[in-house]
Formats: sequence, structure tokens, C-alpha cells
Amino acid sequence: MIVDRLMRVLTLADYNTRVVMFGTVMLGIAGGVIGVFLLLRRRALLADAVSHAALPGVAGAFLLILALGGNPRSLPLLMLGALVSGLLGMGCVLFITRFTRISQDAALGIVLSVFFGFGVALLGIIQRTRGAPAAGLNSFIYGRTASMIRADAMLIGIAALVVVLVSMVLFKEFRLFTFDPDFAAGDGWPVQRLDTLLMSLVVAVTVIGLQAVGIILVIAILVVPPAAARFWTDRLDHMVLISAGVGAIGAYLGTGVSALAPRLPAGAVIVGAHGSVFVVSMLIGSARGVLRELFAHRSLARTTVKQNLLRALFECEEAERGASVESQWRYLTTARGWTERELARALRLLLRDGSIYRLPAGAWQLTEPGRVRAARVTRNHRLWEVYLLEHAETAPAHVDRGADFIEHVLGEELVAELEEALPRFGKVVPASVHVIGTGRGAT
Amino acid sequence: MGLEQMSSPEADGNRCSLHIRDLTVAYHRKPVLWDVDLDVPPSVVAGIVGPNGAGKSTLIKAVLDLVPHASGTVEIFGKPYRKQRRLVGYVPQRESVDWNYPINALELVAMGLYRTIGWFRRVGPVYRRRALQALADVGMADLAHRQISQLSGGQQQRIFLARALVQDAEVYFMDEPFSGVDAATEKTIIAILQRLREAGKTVFVVHHDLETVRDYFDYLIMLNMRVVSAGPVAEVFTPENLRRTYGGRLTLLDRAVDAMGRTR
Repeated sequence: MIVDRLMRVLTLADYNTRVVMFGTVMLGIAGGVIGVFLLLRRRALLADAVSHAALPGVAGAFLLILALGGNPRSLPLLMLGALVSGLLGMGCVLFITRFTRISQDAALGIVLSVFFGFGVALLGIIQRTRGAPAAGLNSFIYGRTASMIRADAMLIGIAALVVVLVSMVLFKEFRLFTFDPDFAAGDGWPVQRLDTLLMSLVVAVTVIGLQAVGIILVIAILVVPPAAARFWTDRLDHMVLISAGVGAIGAYLGTGVSALAPRLPAGAVIVGAHGSVFVVSMLIGSARGVLRELFAHRSLARTTVKQNLLRALFECEEAERGASVESQWRYLTTARGWTERELARALRLLLRDGSIYRLPAGAWQLTEPGRVRAARVTRNHRLWEVYLLEHAETAPAHVDRGADFIEHVLGEELVAELEEALPRFGKVVPASVHVIGTGRGAT
Repeated sequence: MGLEQMSSPEADGNRCSLHIRDLTVAYHRKPVLWDVDLDVPPSVVAGIVGPNGAGKSTLIKAVLDLVPHASGTVEIFGKPYRKQRRLVGYVPQRESVDWNYPINALELVAMGLYRTIGWFRRVGPVYRRRALQALADVGMADLAHRQISQLSGGQQQRIFLARALVQDAEVYFMDEPFSGVDAATEKTIIAILQRLREAGKTVFVVHHDLETVRDYFDYLIMLNMRVVSAGPVAEVFTPENLRRTYGGRLTLLDRAVDAMGRTR
């Protein structure tokens, strides 16, 4: 039964569902695309002020239409009211920040709360007005998709198309001025006008999104998808695409759920869906996700352990200390101050990637590929030591620590530069600058 | 355009790469720059020095029209800045942008070519090659596709320079390019200044380190809210001028300015 209904919703079997779904998905795409630039311009809260400032406009338009004897539930007229007072709110913020010494965050707080408070007061008046069909107005605060009709969805679709087209055509210009407005202005670009255009698109998306998502939550469709997208990529064009995708998917899922449970406010469900995608992105995002960073950290730690042991084994062979099981074990535990457990773990890591094997007597031996790796690691370490001694004026007692820290993150280009700086060593492994084999030298 | 101006002989002011008359800049009515007059000849590398809060960055920003002027005129090669934008290149302070922005080194450098490319058009392969060449010029060709947050401070400074180089300007304004950079970057910047000088360009550099003034610059602007002294380094870089720029508060002027800031 429930599965049946779910399928009907998700496959868009009903006409009404199709209309609403089209509207919200288009809204998700528009918000996702323009939100990227809004976020990078660091103006996200300005959009929040705009949406809150729209409420007195909606209520005012309602009262005005009522007084003039029109149909006070005409959505385009209410949106026009929202647009006017939203822009007025934005103008107030810009005016206050520019011409007084009140900082932008305070200006945002003032405008947002005062406009919203005024709007709530107007709503109160409307509810006491006899004969005013005020029921629909509350939906502007929390959002309601069920009342969306074909014309509304088309309006959202057109707005989304405009947003996407402008962002494509002016992609380069938007990138320039959102990244470095001073450079852009010095380079002769009309930064003020580009900024105005960007903010106008944001206001447009905010206003058309009011009905579906509500005044309080509409900021989410502009901010959450781009923030989620950032975890997946370091490229702006990809970020825009992913953000649009996140916006669309969140809207699709949210609208689907709210169609099944009509009592849930649609705006909240859509934003909840976006929020879920955000959390998942934050955890597993391929560019900056938390797990990826953890994994990178862990894998560096492993590489470090393996390289340290490889070098210890190499130096052990060099000093011919590996003759007996006991002397080798003693050398390896003292070489880096490892406990037996740490050493055993490090040995397992090397065993797994085939760098070492165990002689029947119990001593550890480097395999051929293992010895090649060990020689390379040791060579890099000693080149660094020499380099630090000769070029960075590091005290001899500190070079080992310094080399230890750097060598594990050496890229091939750096090694090449190192070889260039120290040509006398050619490709051989230089002798250690310390006395090898005493245990102390390699600590 | 700029070359025409340069070759017109002896026309007063026209031979100046930068000509400033009576420039005053104020934030909230408190003056930051006061009655600045400057006439800088072309083809010099000019240092701009002065204590913190002397208005060094503000001078550059005022020339580039990034902050409003309370009064005064600015001309580049004898014409108002607005008409000469294409002759000007700019290296802002490194701290002025968000280095977590999703963009790589090559794309950032290509920004310097945007005005050549023009509105709406994409950055084609020809321009990508030019940006890559500029990256090579600052010794960063192999890091072209690195995301900018993964670059060191010195490398970030170098791609800012590369972006200005591809602007192919006649007059450059660089805001503290030497601040907090490594030795390799410092060498790169010096080499680039040298190259620009040889190519007959004019470069203005906001600078902090007085010890290197004689090595880097051949012209010096000593600034402390107003121009204390400006001219060839050999002439103006004197203990007397240094004392006037850095030493001792200019009590009367300071107090007048403070009072203006308070009362309005």
C-alpha cells in the first residue's frame, strides 16, 4: 500500500505531483547554481536578510489588494510585494554598511529582525480583518508546495532557466569578481554592476522560492547544496554542476516525502533532504571530506612507519648486525625506540607488501624489491641530511629529525631538485653522516 | 596608446607614468591620504615606503579607483586613469583573497588575460598556453594544476605576479609582494622587477624592508599620510627624510586629523 503510493509519487504518476515536482526541482537547480557564487562572494546571510525582509511585502501586498477589491491570493502580486520589500531590505543593509560605522553583521541582524517583525505585525492585522481569507499567508513562513499550480511551476522554471543561462554566459566574469573583486575592478570590469546582477538573481530565486520553501528556510536551498558540492571538487565548473545536482535531488526527495505525508511542511522536508546530502558529502566527499582527510593522514602515518623500518633494516644489513635473530631484534627495537608490539606491527606491514621475508632461523631479510625500496628511502634520508647540513645550516644533532619529517612527503620533483643540489652523490646511497649501528645514530 | 604619450616630448605631465595632484582620501571623513602630489617618470621601479597606517596601500587603491577620492586627480601617461585602465596591472595583497576558492594556479593566472579575451568568451587554448608560460616565468610550471590552497605562501605570491605579467601592462602596482615570502620567491620577484625595468615598464611596489630599498628600487616615494619625499633613491633616501617619515609623531597634523574623525 505505502509502496504503491511511494511509487506513484516517485514515478510522477499524478498530474499534481508532476507540477509540484517540476517546480521544486527547478527551484533546487536555480538555488544550487546561483548559490555557488553567493557562497563564494561570502554574501550568504544577505540572502537570509532578503527573504525575511520579504514578509512585510507579502502582507502589505495582501492588504493593498484587499483594499482595492482584487483577489488577495494572486500569487504573482504577492511575489511582487515580496520582491519590493526584499530589495528594500537589501538596500537598507548596503546603505547602513556603507554610510555608517555599523558592521555588516549587525546591519544584517537589524534589517532582518525589524522587517520580519513588521511583517508578523501585518499578518496579525490581516488575521483580525473580517472577511480576509488569510489562511494562505502563513504558508509563506514555512512553505507549502501542495498549493503550487501549473503557472507557479512555469514561473519557477523560467527563473531557473534565466539563472542557469546567465551563470553559463558570465561564468568567467562571475569567477573573476567573486574571487578577487579588487583585481577585477583594477582590471576594468564593472564589479558593482556584476555584483548587482548576481544579487538580483539571488533575490529572484529567493522570492520565487518563498512559496515552496518558506521565508525562514529559503536560505537553505541557496547555501546547503553549494556547501555540499565543495566537498566533492576543487573546480568551480564541477562545483556548479554538483551543486545543481544536489539541489535537484534534494528537492525531488523532499517533495516526494512531503507528498506522502501532507502534514509535514514541504520546505522543512526539502531542506532536510539537502541537509542529509550535505552530511554525507561532508563525511565521504572525495575532495575535502572528513573521512578522506582522516584516510590521507592514516596512510601517511603508515608510509612513515614502513619507511622507517625499511631504513632500519637497510642500515642493519649495512652494519652487518643482522647475523643472529637476537642481535637483529635488539638493533631494530633500539634503532627507533620501538616497543615490541609496534615493531611487530611495522614488520607485518612490510611483510604484506612483499618487502621482507623471514629466514627459517627467524631473522628478517629484505626481498629484492624490498631492498630496492629500502635503498631509495635511505638515500633520500641521507641526501636530506646532507642538504640540511650544507644548505640550511641545521645543527648536526637536528638533521636526522628534520630529514625524518620531510622525507616521507618527498615528491619525485623534490627528489630531483635535491639530486641537482647535491650532484656529487650521483645515484648511489651516500654514507650516513652518523655512526651507524650504535643504535643512537639513527634515533 | 601609452607609447604615443611617452614619445610626445616635453608636454608637461604627459611624460609622467603617474601624475597625481591634490589627492585626498578619507574613510568616514578621517583623512588617510592628505594632499598627495606626485610626478613619477616612466621606466622606473619605484618603492613606496612608510610606517604602518601611512596610507601606502590606500595610495595604490586610490590610483586604481578602488577607494573613493575626497578630492584630486590621477593621471597615467597624461590621461585620466579611467581611460588608461588597459595600461595598468595590479598585484593585490595576498591576504585579500580567499585561498580556499575552488580554482587552480593556471586558472588564476589566466584571470590576467580576461580583459584581452573580452566579455562572455571562454579561455581558449592560446590563452591557456600564455598563462602556462607566465607560470613557467615564475618557476611554477609544474604546479599549474594544483589547487591554490595547496600552494605555499611564496608560491601564492608568485602566481599573483604571473597573473599581473599576463596583463601585459605598462604600469604595475604591487601591494607588498615581498611580505612573508621564501628566499626563492624573493629571487623570482627581483628577477621579474629587473625584467620589467629592462622592458621599459614602470613598477610601483609597496615595501616594508628599508634595508633592501637601495638594491631593489631606483625611485622612492616616502609616505606618511602625505608625501614626505619622492625622487630617485640616491637623492631622497636620506636619514633626514627617514626621520621625517618614520620618526616622531607629527603632533599638530595628527591631532587635527583625530579631531576631525571624532567630531563628524
